[in-house]
Amino acid sequence: MNRIQIETREVNLYYGQSRVLRDVTLDIPEKAVTALIGPSGCGKSSFLRCLNRMNDFIPSARVEGDILIDGSNIYESGTDVISLRRNVGMVFQKPNPFPMSIYDNVAYGPRLHGIRDRAKLDEIVRNSLTGAALWDEVKDKLKTPGTGLSGGQQQRLCIARAIATEPAILLMDEPTSALDPLSTARIEELVRELKKQYTVVIVTHNMQQAARISDTTAFFLLGDLVEYDSTPKMFTSPEDKRTEDYITGRFG
Amino acid sequence: MKSRRKILDNLMTAATWGSGIALTALVAGIVAFVAVKGYSVLSLEFLLEPPRDSMTRGGILTPLVGTIQLVAVAMGFAIPIGVATGLYFAEYAKDDLFTSALRLAIRSLAGVPSVVFGLFGLSLFVILFRFGPSLLSAALTLGCLTLPLMVTASEQAFLAVPRDYRDASYALGASKWQTIWKVVLPSAAPTVITGIILSVGRVAGETAPIMFTGAAFFAPNIARSLFSEVMALPYHIYVLATAGTFIEETRGIQYGTVLVLLLLVLGICSVGIFMRSRFRRRMRR
Repeated sequence: MNRIQIETREVNLYYGQSRVLRDVTLDIPEKAVTALIGPSGCGKSSFLRCLNRMNDFIPSARVEGDILIDGSNIYESGTDVISLRRNVGMVFQKPNPFPMSIYDNVAYGPRLHGIRDRAKLDEIVRNSLTGAALWDEVKDKLKTPGTGLSGGQQQRLCIARAIATEPAILLMDEPTSALDPLSTARIEELVRELKKQYTVVIVTHNMQQAARISDTTAFFLLGDLVEYDSTPKMFTSPEDKRTEDYITGRFG
Repeated sequence: MKSRRKILDNLMTAATWGSGIALTALVAGIVAFVAVKGYSVLSLEFLLEPPRDSMTRGGILTPLVGTIQLVAVAMGFAIPIGVATGLYFAEYAKDDLFTSALRLAIRSLAGVPSVVFGLFGLSLFVILFRFGPSLLSAALTLGCLTLPLMVTASEQAFLAVPRDYRDASYALGASKWQTIWKVVLPSAAPTVITGIILSVGRVAGETAPIMFTGAAFFAPNIARSLFSEVMALPYHIYVLATAGTFIEETRGIQYGTVLVLLLLVLGICSVGIFMRSRFRRRMRR
Protein backbone atom coordinates (compact mmCIF):
# COMPACT_ATOMS: atom_id res chain seq x y z
CA MET A 1 0.00 0.00 0.00
CA ASN A 2 1.20 3.48 -0.82
CA ARG A 3 1.94 6.18 1.70
CA ILE A 4 -1.14 8.03 2.96
CA GLN A 5 -1.27 11.55 1.53
CA ILE A 6 -4.65 12.90 2.62
CA GLU A 7 -6.10 12.18 6.04
CA THR A 8 -9.50 13.40 7.11
CA ARG A 9 -10.46 13.20 10.78
CA GLU A 10 -14.14 13.40 11.75
CA VAL A 11 -14.96 15.96 9.11
CA ASN A 12 -18.35 17.59 9.40
CA LEU A 13 -19.63 20.00 6.80
CA TYR A 14 -22.60 22.27 7.32
CA TYR A 15 -24.45 24.43 4.84
CA GLY A 16 -26.24 26.81 7.21
CA GLN A 17 -28.24 24.58 9.54
CA SER A 18 -28.07 21.42 7.46
CA ARG A 19 -25.31 18.91 8.04
CA VAL A 20 -23.98 17.65 4.71
CA LEU A 21 -21.15 15.42 5.99
CA ARG A 22 -21.02 13.49 9.26
CA ASP A 23 -17.76 12.49 10.91
CA VAL A 24 -16.00 11.46 7.73
CA THR A 25 -12.67 9.82 8.53
CA LEU A 26 -10.72 8.64 5.54
CA ASP A 27 -7.09 7.94 4.52
CA ILE A 28 -6.33 8.54 0.86
CA PRO A 29 -3.19 6.87 -0.52
CA GLU A 30 -0.61 8.65 -2.62
CA LYS A 31 -0.31 7.98 -6.37
CA ALA A 32 -3.46 5.92 -6.56
CA VAL A 33 -7.03 6.52 -7.73
CA THR A 34 -9.64 6.87 -5.01
CA ALA A 35 -13.24 6.86 -6.18
CA LEU A 36 -16.06 8.51 -4.24
CA ILE A 37 -19.41 6.93 -5.08
CA GLY A 38 -22.95 7.26 -3.81
CA PRO A 39 -26.38 8.51 -4.87
CA SER A 40 -27.01 12.19 -5.69
CA GLY A 41 -26.92 14.44 -2.66
CA CYS A 42 -24.86 12.01 -0.57
CA GLY A 43 -22.12 14.57 0.01
CA LYS A 44 -19.37 13.11 -2.19
CA SER A 45 -18.89 16.26 -4.30
CA SER A 46 -19.09 18.46 -1.19
CA PHE A 47 -16.42 16.28 0.41
CA LEU A 48 -14.22 16.65 -2.68
CA ARG A 49 -14.57 20.43 -2.48
CA CYS A 50 -13.39 20.37 1.13
CA LEU A 51 -10.05 19.01 -0.04
CA ASN A 52 -9.08 22.21 -1.92
CA ARG A 53 -11.32 24.51 0.13
CA MET A 54 -13.60 25.41 -2.77
CA ASN A 55 -16.42 25.39 -0.21
CA ASP A 56 -14.95 28.64 1.11
CA PHE A 57 -16.94 30.45 -1.59
CA ILE A 58 -20.27 29.33 -0.16
CA PRO A 59 -20.92 31.89 2.59
CA SER A 60 -23.01 29.53 4.73
CA ALA A 61 -20.53 26.61 4.55
CA ARG A 62 -18.70 25.59 7.72
CA VAL A 63 -16.18 22.77 8.15
CA GLU A 64 -15.40 21.01 11.43
CA GLY A 65 -12.73 18.38 11.98
CA ASP A 66 -9.28 18.07 10.47
CA ILE A 67 -8.10 17.55 6.92
CA LEU A 68 -4.39 16.87 6.68
CA ILE A 69 -2.46 16.91 3.44
CA ASP A 70 1.08 15.61 3.82
CA GLY A 71 0.63 16.05 7.54
CA SER A 72 -0.47 19.69 7.65
CA ASN A 73 -3.99 20.78 8.47
CA ILE A 74 -5.43 22.73 5.54
CA TYR A 75 -8.14 24.33 7.69
CA GLU A 76 -5.67 25.82 10.14
CA SER A 77 -5.91 29.61 10.25
CA GLY A 78 -2.46 30.24 8.77
CA THR A 79 -3.06 28.11 5.67
CA ASP A 80 -2.11 29.70 2.35
CA VAL A 81 -5.16 28.77 0.28
CA ILE A 82 -3.45 29.82 -2.94
CA SER A 83 -0.54 27.40 -2.55
CA LEU A 84 -2.98 24.75 -1.33
CA ARG A 85 -4.96 25.02 -4.57
CA ARG A 86 -1.78 25.05 -6.55
CA ASN A 87 -0.91 21.73 -4.95
CA VAL A 88 -4.45 20.31 -5.26
CA GLY A 89 -5.72 20.70 -8.82
CA MET A 90 -9.35 20.29 -9.80
CA VAL A 91 -11.27 19.16 -12.88
CA PHE A 92 -14.96 19.98 -12.98
CA GLN A 93 -18.08 18.18 -14.12
CA LYS A 94 -18.66 20.37 -17.14
CA PRO A 95 -15.58 21.08 -19.28
CA ASN A 96 -14.87 24.75 -18.53
CA PRO A 97 -11.93 26.03 -20.59
CA PHE A 98 -11.48 29.81 -20.39
CA PRO A 99 -12.54 31.78 -23.47
CA MET A 100 -8.92 32.12 -24.56
CA SER A 101 -6.45 30.16 -26.67
CA ILE A 102 -5.43 26.59 -25.90
CA TYR A 103 -1.96 27.83 -25.02
CA ASP A 104 -3.23 30.55 -22.68
CA ASN A 105 -5.57 28.10 -20.97
CA VAL A 106 -2.70 25.81 -20.04
CA ALA A 107 -0.33 28.68 -19.22
CA TYR A 108 -2.93 30.35 -16.97
CA GLY A 109 -1.85 28.62 -13.75
CA PRO A 110 1.93 28.92 -14.26
CA ARG A 111 1.52 32.61 -15.15
CA LEU A 112 -0.51 33.19 -11.98
CA HIS A 113 2.39 31.81 -10.03
CA GLY A 114 4.85 34.15 -11.67
CA ILE A 115 6.36 32.22 -14.58
CA ARG A 116 6.95 34.72 -17.42
CA ASP A 117 9.80 33.14 -19.38
CA ARG A 118 8.51 32.21 -22.83
CA ALA A 119 10.66 29.11 -23.31
CA LYS A 120 9.74 27.81 -19.87
CA LEU A 121 6.03 28.37 -20.55
CA ASP A 122 6.32 26.64 -23.93
CA GLU A 123 7.82 23.65 -22.20
CA ILE A 124 5.13 23.53 -19.49
CA VAL A 125 2.37 23.81 -22.10
CA ARG A 126 3.85 21.00 -24.17
CA ASN A 127 4.42 18.73 -21.18
CA SER A 128 0.98 19.36 -19.71
CA LEU A 129 -0.83 18.76 -23.01
CA THR A 130 1.23 15.61 -23.54
CA GLY A 131 0.38 14.52 -20.01
CA ALA A 132 -3.30 15.02 -20.76
CA ALA A 133 -3.02 13.03 -24.03
CA LEU A 134 -4.02 16.05 -26.09
CA TRP A 135 -0.72 17.30 -27.55
CA ASP A 136 -0.88 15.47 -30.86
CA GLU A 137 -4.38 16.73 -31.57
CA VAL A 138 -3.70 20.41 -30.82
CA LYS A 139 0.03 21.02 -31.38
CA ASP A 140 -0.65 22.83 -34.66
CA LYS A 141 -3.41 25.06 -33.29
CA LEU A 142 -2.24 26.22 -29.88
CA LYS A 143 -3.30 29.79 -30.70
CA THR A 144 -6.91 28.85 -31.48
CA PRO A 145 -9.63 29.16 -28.81
CA GLY A 146 -9.96 26.30 -26.35
CA THR A 147 -13.72 26.55 -26.63
CA GLY A 148 -13.50 25.45 -30.28
CA LEU A 149 -12.50 21.90 -29.27
CA SER A 150 -14.90 18.97 -28.85
CA GLY A 151 -16.30 18.23 -25.38
CA GLY A 152 -13.87 15.40 -24.72
CA GLN A 153 -10.92 17.45 -25.93
CA GLN A 154 -12.06 20.38 -23.78
CA GLN A 155 -12.08 18.14 -20.72
CA ARG A 156 -8.55 16.93 -21.50
CA LEU A 157 -7.56 20.58 -21.94
CA CYS A 158 -8.93 21.24 -18.45
CA ILE A 159 -6.85 18.33 -17.15
CA ALA A 160 -3.77 19.79 -18.88
CA ARG A 161 -4.56 23.16 -17.30
CA ALA A 162 -4.86 21.53 -13.88
CA ILE A 163 -1.56 19.63 -14.10
CA ALA A 164 0.33 22.66 -15.46
CA THR A 165 0.80 23.99 -11.92
CA GLU A 166 2.47 20.66 -11.01
CA PRO A 167 0.04 19.64 -8.28
CA ALA A 168 0.53 16.51 -6.18
CA ILE A 169 -3.20 15.83 -6.02
CA LEU A 170 -5.85 15.95 -8.71
CA LEU A 171 -9.53 16.19 -7.75
CA MET A 172 -12.04 15.21 -10.43
CA ASP A 173 -15.73 15.94 -9.97
CA GLU A 174 -17.64 13.60 -12.30
CA PRO A 175 -15.32 14.52 -15.16
CA THR A 176 -17.02 12.34 -17.74
CA SER A 177 -20.69 12.91 -16.94
CA ALA A 178 -21.06 15.42 -19.80
CA LEU A 179 -19.14 13.32 -22.33
CA ASP A 180 -19.95 10.65 -24.90
CA PRO A 181 -18.79 7.02 -24.33
CA LEU A 182 -15.73 7.31 -26.58
CA SER A 183 -14.47 10.48 -24.89
CA THR A 184 -15.23 8.88 -21.52
CA ALA A 185 -13.06 5.89 -22.39
CA ARG A 186 -10.16 8.21 -23.30
CA ILE A 187 -10.44 10.10 -20.03
CA GLU A 188 -10.54 6.83 -18.06
CA GLU A 189 -7.42 5.65 -19.84
CA LEU A 190 -5.82 8.97 -19.03
CA VAL A 191 -6.74 8.70 -15.33
CA ARG A 192 -4.95 5.33 -15.17
CA GLU A 193 -1.89 7.06 -16.66
CA LEU A 194 -2.15 10.08 -14.34
CA LYS A 195 -1.97 8.04 -11.14
CA LYS A 196 1.68 7.27 -11.85
CA GLN A 197 2.41 10.91 -11.03
CA TYR A 198 -0.59 12.20 -9.14
CA THR A 199 -2.90 11.24 -6.33
CA VAL A 200 -6.32 11.19 -7.99
CA VAL A 201 -9.60 11.56 -6.11
CA ILE A 202 -12.53 11.12 -8.46
CA VAL A 203 -16.25 11.53 -7.84
CA THR A 204 -18.34 9.39 -10.13
CA HIS A 205 -21.95 8.44 -10.63
CA ASN A 206 -20.93 5.51 -12.72
CA MET A 207 -20.10 2.42 -10.66
CA GLN A 208 -18.52 0.60 -13.59
CA GLN A 209 -16.20 3.56 -13.96
CA ALA A 210 -15.21 3.36 -10.30
CA ALA A 211 -14.60 -0.38 -10.65
CA ARG A 212 -12.55 0.08 -13.81
CA ILE A 213 -10.21 2.88 -12.80
CA SER A 214 -9.92 3.13 -9.02
CA ASP A 215 -7.73 1.41 -6.46
CA THR A 216 -9.81 2.32 -3.45
CA THR A 217 -13.48 3.23 -3.26
CA ALA A 218 -15.46 5.17 -0.68
CA PHE A 219 -19.23 4.82 -0.54
CA PHE A 220 -21.19 7.79 0.81
CA LEU A 221 -24.84 7.81 1.79
CA LEU A 222 -26.73 10.83 3.19
CA GLY A 223 -23.54 12.46 4.44
CA ASP A 224 -22.11 9.31 6.06
CA LEU A 225 -19.08 7.44 4.86
CA VAL A 226 -20.62 3.97 4.86
CA GLU A 227 -17.69 1.93 3.69
CA TYR A 228 -14.17 2.47 2.44
CA ASP A 229 -11.93 -0.28 1.13
CA SER A 230 -9.91 -1.48 -1.82
CA THR A 231 -11.98 -1.38 -4.99
CA PRO A 232 -11.91 -5.14 -5.73
CA LYS A 233 -13.09 -5.87 -2.19
CA MET A 234 -15.84 -3.22 -2.35
CA PHE A 235 -17.23 -4.59 -5.57
CA THR A 236 -16.99 -8.32 -4.70
CA SER A 237 -17.59 -8.63 -0.99
CA PRO A 238 -18.70 -5.40 0.63
CA GLU A 239 -19.08 -5.49 4.41
CA ASP A 240 -22.11 -3.27 4.68
CA LYS A 241 -25.52 -4.28 3.42
CA ARG A 242 -26.18 -0.73 2.13
CA THR A 243 -23.02 -0.81 0.01
CA GLU A 244 -24.08 -4.10 -1.48
CA ASP A 245 -27.56 -2.79 -2.22
CA TYR A 246 -26.18 0.28 -3.95
CA ILE A 247 -23.55 -1.57 -5.95
CA THR A 248 -25.99 -4.22 -7.13
CA GLY A 249 -28.31 -1.45 -8.26
CA ARG A 250 -31.08 -1.93 -5.73
CA PHE A 251 -31.29 1.85 -5.19
CA GLY A 252 -29.60 5.12 -6.19
CA MET B 1 -63.49 28.40 -36.21
CA LYS B 2 -60.38 27.33 -37.93
CA SER B 3 -60.54 30.12 -40.48
CA ARG B 4 -61.08 32.77 -37.77
CA ARG B 5 -57.96 31.56 -36.04
CA LYS B 6 -56.11 31.70 -39.31
CA ILE B 7 -57.29 35.25 -40.01
CA LEU B 8 -56.16 36.40 -36.57
CA ASP B 9 -52.84 34.70 -37.14
CA ASN B 10 -52.31 36.50 -40.45
CA LEU B 11 -53.48 39.75 -38.92
CA MET B 12 -50.94 39.54 -36.11
CA THR B 13 -48.17 38.64 -38.54
CA ALA B 14 -49.08 41.65 -40.67
CA ALA B 15 -49.31 43.91 -37.60
CA THR B 16 -45.84 43.01 -36.27
CA TRP B 17 -44.35 43.30 -39.74
CA GLY B 18 -46.08 46.62 -40.18
CA SER B 19 -44.72 48.03 -36.92
CA GLY B 20 -41.23 46.90 -37.80
CA ILE B 21 -41.41 48.55 -41.20
CA ALA B 22 -43.00 51.72 -39.81
CA LEU B 23 -40.21 52.10 -37.27
CA THR B 24 -37.51 51.50 -39.85
CA ALA B 25 -39.21 54.03 -42.14
CA LEU B 26 -39.35 56.57 -39.33
CA VAL B 27 -35.63 56.27 -38.61
CA ALA B 28 -34.77 56.31 -42.31
CA GLY B 29 -37.09 59.30 -42.71
CA ILE B 30 -35.36 61.30 -39.99
CA VAL B 31 -31.92 60.54 -41.38
CA ALA B 32 -33.04 61.31 -44.94
CA PHE B 33 -34.72 64.57 -43.88
CA VAL B 34 -31.60 65.76 -42.10
CA ALA B 35 -29.35 64.56 -44.93
CA VAL B 36 -31.35 66.35 -47.63
CA LYS B 37 -31.58 69.58 -45.65
CA GLY B 38 -28.01 69.58 -44.47
CA TYR B 39 -26.17 67.97 -47.35
CA SER B 40 -25.67 71.15 -49.37
CA VAL B 41 -23.62 72.93 -46.70
CA LEU B 42 -21.50 69.92 -45.89
CA SER B 43 -17.89 70.29 -47.00
CA LEU B 44 -14.40 69.99 -45.64
CA GLU B 45 -14.35 73.76 -45.00
CA PHE B 46 -17.60 73.46 -43.03
CA LEU B 47 -15.88 71.03 -40.67
CA LEU B 48 -12.56 72.85 -40.50
CA GLU B 49 -13.65 76.49 -40.13
CA PRO B 50 -14.94 78.13 -36.98
CA PRO B 51 -18.25 80.02 -37.17
CA ARG B 52 -17.86 83.60 -38.50
CA ASP B 53 -19.91 86.78 -38.76
CA SER B 54 -22.09 86.18 -35.70
CA MET B 55 -22.40 82.53 -36.67
CA THR B 56 -24.16 83.28 -39.95
CA ARG B 57 -21.23 82.05 -42.01
CA GLY B 58 -18.28 79.72 -41.65
CA GLY B 59 -18.21 76.21 -40.27
CA ILE B 60 -18.56 74.31 -37.05
CA LEU B 61 -14.99 73.46 -36.09
CA THR B 62 -15.29 74.96 -32.60
CA PRO B 63 -18.48 73.13 -31.52
CA LEU B 64 -17.32 69.90 -33.20
CA VAL B 65 -14.03 69.84 -31.32
CA GLY B 66 -15.85 71.00 -28.18
CA THR B 67 -18.22 68.03 -28.31
CA ILE B 68 -15.32 65.64 -28.79
CA GLN B 69 -13.51 67.21 -25.82
CA LEU B 70 -16.63 67.00 -23.67
CA VAL B 71 -17.17 63.35 -24.52
CA ALA B 72 -13.52 62.50 -23.90
CA VAL B 73 -13.34 64.18 -20.50
CA ALA B 74 -16.78 62.89 -19.46
CA MET B 75 -15.81 59.33 -20.40
CA GLY B 76 -12.41 59.63 -18.74
CA PHE B 77 -14.31 60.40 -15.56
CA ALA B 78 -17.29 58.07 -15.95
CA ILE B 79 -15.71 54.88 -17.33
CA PRO B 80 -13.38 54.07 -14.40
CA ILE B 81 -15.97 54.96 -11.77
CA GLY B 82 -18.89 53.32 -13.61
CA VAL B 83 -17.06 50.08 -14.37
CA ALA B 84 -15.57 49.90 -10.87
CA THR B 85 -19.01 50.39 -9.31
CA GLY B 86 -20.48 47.71 -11.60
CA LEU B 87 -17.65 45.44 -10.49
CA TYR B 88 -18.39 46.22 -6.86
CA PHE B 89 -22.04 45.26 -7.24
CA ALA B 90 -21.29 42.11 -9.22
CA GLU B 91 -18.28 40.78 -7.32
CA TYR B 92 -17.87 42.37 -3.92
CA ALA B 93 -21.19 43.68 -2.57
CA LYS B 94 -22.92 41.51 0.00
CA ASP B 95 -26.51 40.60 -0.75
CA ASP B 96 -28.01 42.81 1.95
CA LEU B 97 -30.34 45.75 2.44
CA PHE B 98 -27.60 48.35 1.98
CA THR B 99 -26.65 46.95 -1.42
CA SER B 100 -30.28 46.79 -2.55
CA ALA B 101 -30.83 50.39 -1.46
CA LEU B 102 -27.70 51.53 -3.28
CA ARG B 103 -28.69 49.64 -6.40
CA LEU B 104 -32.20 51.10 -6.31
CA ALA B 105 -30.77 54.60 -5.94
CA ILE B 106 -28.56 54.16 -8.98
CA ARG B 107 -31.38 52.71 -11.09
CA SER B 108 -33.62 55.63 -10.12
CA LEU B 109 -30.90 58.09 -11.03
CA ALA B 110 -31.14 56.83 -14.62
CA GLY B 111 -34.68 58.22 -14.76
CA VAL B 112 -33.86 61.71 -13.50
CA PRO B 113 -34.42 64.36 -16.22
CA SER B 114 -31.19 65.64 -17.71
CA VAL B 115 -31.98 69.26 -16.85
CA VAL B 116 -31.86 68.26 -13.17
CA PHE B 117 -28.34 66.99 -13.74
CA GLY B 118 -27.60 70.36 -15.34
CA LEU B 119 -28.72 72.23 -12.22
CA PHE B 120 -26.88 69.77 -10.00
CA GLY B 121 -23.69 70.34 -12.01
CA LEU B 122 -24.21 74.08 -11.78
CA SER B 123 -24.43 74.09 -8.00
CA LEU B 124 -21.76 71.45 -7.36
CA PHE B 125 -19.05 71.87 -9.98
CA VAL B 126 -19.56 75.44 -11.16
CA ILE B 127 -20.33 77.10 -7.84
CA LEU B 128 -19.26 74.90 -4.93
CA PHE B 129 -16.06 73.52 -6.48
CA ARG B 130 -15.40 76.89 -8.19
CA PHE B 131 -14.67 75.29 -11.56
CA GLY B 132 -16.81 78.01 -13.14
CA PRO B 133 -18.73 77.43 -16.36
CA SER B 134 -16.09 75.32 -18.09
CA LEU B 135 -15.23 72.24 -20.11
CA LEU B 136 -14.47 70.47 -16.82
CA SER B 137 -17.80 71.33 -15.14
CA ALA B 138 -19.83 70.42 -18.22
CA ALA B 139 -17.95 67.16 -18.78
CA LEU B 140 -18.27 66.10 -15.13
CA THR B 141 -21.99 66.83 -15.29
CA LEU B 142 -22.29 64.70 -18.42
CA GLY B 143 -20.27 62.01 -16.66
CA CYS B 144 -22.70 61.99 -13.72
CA LEU B 145 -25.60 61.75 -16.15
CA THR B 146 -24.16 58.67 -17.78
CA LEU B 147 -22.96 56.91 -14.61
CA PRO B 148 -26.22 55.06 -13.83
CA LEU B 149 -26.31 53.60 -17.33
CA MET B 150 -22.64 52.65 -17.15
CA VAL B 151 -22.94 51.03 -13.72
CA THR B 152 -26.01 49.02 -14.63
CA ALA B 153 -24.61 47.91 -17.99
CA SER B 154 -21.28 46.79 -16.55
CA GLU B 155 -22.87 45.06 -13.55
CA GLN B 156 -25.06 43.03 -15.93
CA ALA B 157 -22.01 42.25 -18.05
CA PHE B 158 -20.03 40.96 -15.06
CA LEU B 159 -22.94 38.93 -13.75
CA ALA B 160 -23.28 37.25 -17.15
CA VAL B 161 -19.77 35.76 -16.90
CA PRO B 162 -20.30 32.04 -16.13
CA ARG B 163 -19.59 30.82 -12.59
CA ASP B 164 -17.54 27.98 -14.21
CA TYR B 165 -14.78 30.38 -15.27
CA ARG B 166 -14.43 31.74 -11.76
CA ASP B 167 -14.35 28.24 -10.24
CA ALA B 168 -11.68 27.13 -12.67
CA SER B 169 -9.57 30.19 -11.94
CA TYR B 170 -9.85 29.87 -8.14
CA ALA B 171 -9.11 26.14 -8.34
CA LEU B 172 -5.81 26.99 -10.07
CA GLY B 173 -4.81 29.13 -7.12
CA ALA B 174 -5.84 32.55 -8.42
CA SER B 175 -6.71 35.33 -6.00
CA LYS B 176 -9.96 37.23 -6.34
CA TRP B 177 -8.35 40.14 -8.13
CA GLN B 178 -6.37 37.85 -10.48
CA THR B 179 -9.62 36.10 -11.37
CA ILE B 180 -11.37 39.39 -12.03
CA TRP B 181 -8.50 40.86 -14.03
CA LYS B 182 -7.67 37.83 -16.14
CA VAL B 183 -11.02 36.11 -16.60
CA VAL B 184 -14.03 38.20 -15.58
CA LEU B 185 -13.00 41.52 -17.17
CA PRO B 186 -11.96 40.08 -20.57
CA SER B 187 -15.10 37.94 -20.76
CA ALA B 188 -17.33 40.87 -19.90
CA ALA B 189 -15.44 43.41 -22.05
CA PRO B 190 -17.62 43.18 -25.21
CA THR B 191 -20.77 43.87 -23.19
CA VAL B 192 -19.10 46.62 -21.16
CA ILE B 193 -17.90 48.27 -24.39
CA THR B 194 -21.45 48.20 -25.73
CA GLY B 195 -22.61 50.00 -22.60
CA ILE B 196 -19.88 52.59 -23.01
CA ILE B 197 -20.80 53.21 -26.63
CA LEU B 198 -24.46 53.70 -25.78
CA SER B 199 -23.34 56.22 -23.17
CA VAL B 200 -21.11 58.06 -25.65
CA GLY B 201 -24.06 58.43 -28.01
CA ARG B 202 -26.20 59.85 -25.23
CA VAL B 203 -23.47 62.17 -23.90
CA ALA B 204 -22.63 63.60 -27.33
CA GLY B 205 -26.25 64.56 -27.95
CA GLU B 206 -27.22 66.06 -24.57
CA THR B 207 -27.97 69.80 -24.32
CA ALA B 208 -29.62 70.43 -20.96
CA PRO B 209 -26.77 69.29 -18.68
CA ILE B 210 -24.20 71.51 -20.39
CA MET B 211 -26.31 74.66 -20.85
CA PHE B 212 -25.62 75.96 -17.33
CA THR B 213 -22.29 74.29 -16.76
CA GLY B 214 -19.94 75.26 -19.55
CA ALA B 215 -21.43 75.32 -23.04
CA ALA B 216 -20.80 78.68 -24.65
CA PHE B 217 -23.24 80.55 -26.89
CA PHE B 218 -20.19 81.47 -28.87
CA ALA B 219 -16.47 80.97 -28.30
CA PRO B 220 -13.89 82.35 -30.68
CA ASN B 221 -11.40 79.55 -30.09
CA ILE B 222 -11.15 75.88 -29.33
CA ALA B 223 -10.86 75.30 -25.58
CA ARG B 224 -7.23 74.94 -24.59
CA SER B 225 -7.79 74.31 -20.93
CA LEU B 226 -10.23 72.35 -18.78
CA PHE B 227 -11.35 75.68 -17.35
CA SER B 228 -12.36 77.34 -20.64
CA GLU B 229 -15.93 77.39 -21.85
CA VAL B 230 -16.62 75.25 -24.90
CA MET B 231 -19.03 75.28 -27.79
CA ALA B 232 -20.84 71.98 -28.34
CA LEU B 233 -22.80 70.66 -31.32
CA PRO B 234 -26.17 70.10 -29.61
CA TYR B 235 -26.12 73.50 -27.93
CA HIS B 236 -24.95 75.11 -31.17
CA ILE B 237 -27.96 73.60 -32.92
CA TYR B 238 -30.24 74.93 -30.19
CA VAL B 239 -28.71 78.38 -30.51
CA LEU B 240 -28.97 78.43 -34.30
CA ALA B 241 -32.58 77.25 -34.17
CA THR B 242 -33.87 79.58 -31.46
CA ALA B 243 -31.48 82.32 -30.52
CA GLY B 244 -29.37 83.10 -33.55
CA THR B 245 -29.03 86.51 -35.09
CA PHE B 246 -30.68 85.57 -38.39
CA ILE B 247 -32.46 82.27 -37.80
CA GLU B 248 -33.96 81.93 -41.29
CA GLU B 249 -30.68 82.62 -43.05
CA THR B 250 -28.77 80.10 -40.97
CA ARG B 251 -31.16 77.16 -41.50
CA GLY B 252 -28.60 75.56 -43.81
CA ILE B 253 -25.84 75.71 -41.24
CA GLN B 254 -28.25 74.43 -38.62
CA TYR B 255 -29.18 71.31 -40.61
CA GLY B 256 -25.55 70.79 -41.58
CA THR B 257 -24.67 70.79 -37.90
CA VAL B 258 -27.49 68.33 -37.13
CA LEU B 259 -26.20 66.06 -39.89
CA VAL B 260 -22.65 66.19 -38.54
CA LEU B 261 -23.84 65.39 -35.01
CA LEU B 262 -25.90 62.50 -36.35
CA LEU B 263 -22.97 61.13 -38.37
CA LEU B 264 -20.64 61.56 -35.41
CA VAL B 265 -22.90 59.54 -33.10
CA LEU B 266 -23.59 56.89 -35.75
CA GLY B 267 -19.86 56.74 -36.50
CA ILE B 268 -18.94 56.20 -32.85
CA CYS B 269 -21.58 53.49 -32.58
CA SER B 270 -20.34 51.63 -35.65
CA VAL B 271 -16.73 51.74 -34.42
CA GLY B 272 -17.97 50.27 -31.15
CA ILE B 273 -19.98 47.55 -32.84
CA PHE B 274 -16.99 46.66 -35.00
CA MET B 275 -14.73 46.46 -31.96
CA ARG B 276 -17.25 44.33 -30.11
CA SER B 277 -17.59 41.82 -32.92
CA ARG B 278 -13.82 41.55 -33.25
CA PHE B 279 -13.55 41.01 -29.52
CA ARG B 280 -16.20 38.29 -29.66
CA ARG B 281 -14.47 36.50 -32.49
CA ARG B 282 -11.19 36.55 -30.60
CA MET B 283 -12.81 35.36 -27.39
CA ARG B 284 -14.95 32.58 -28.80
CA ARG B 285 -14.26 30.69 -31.99
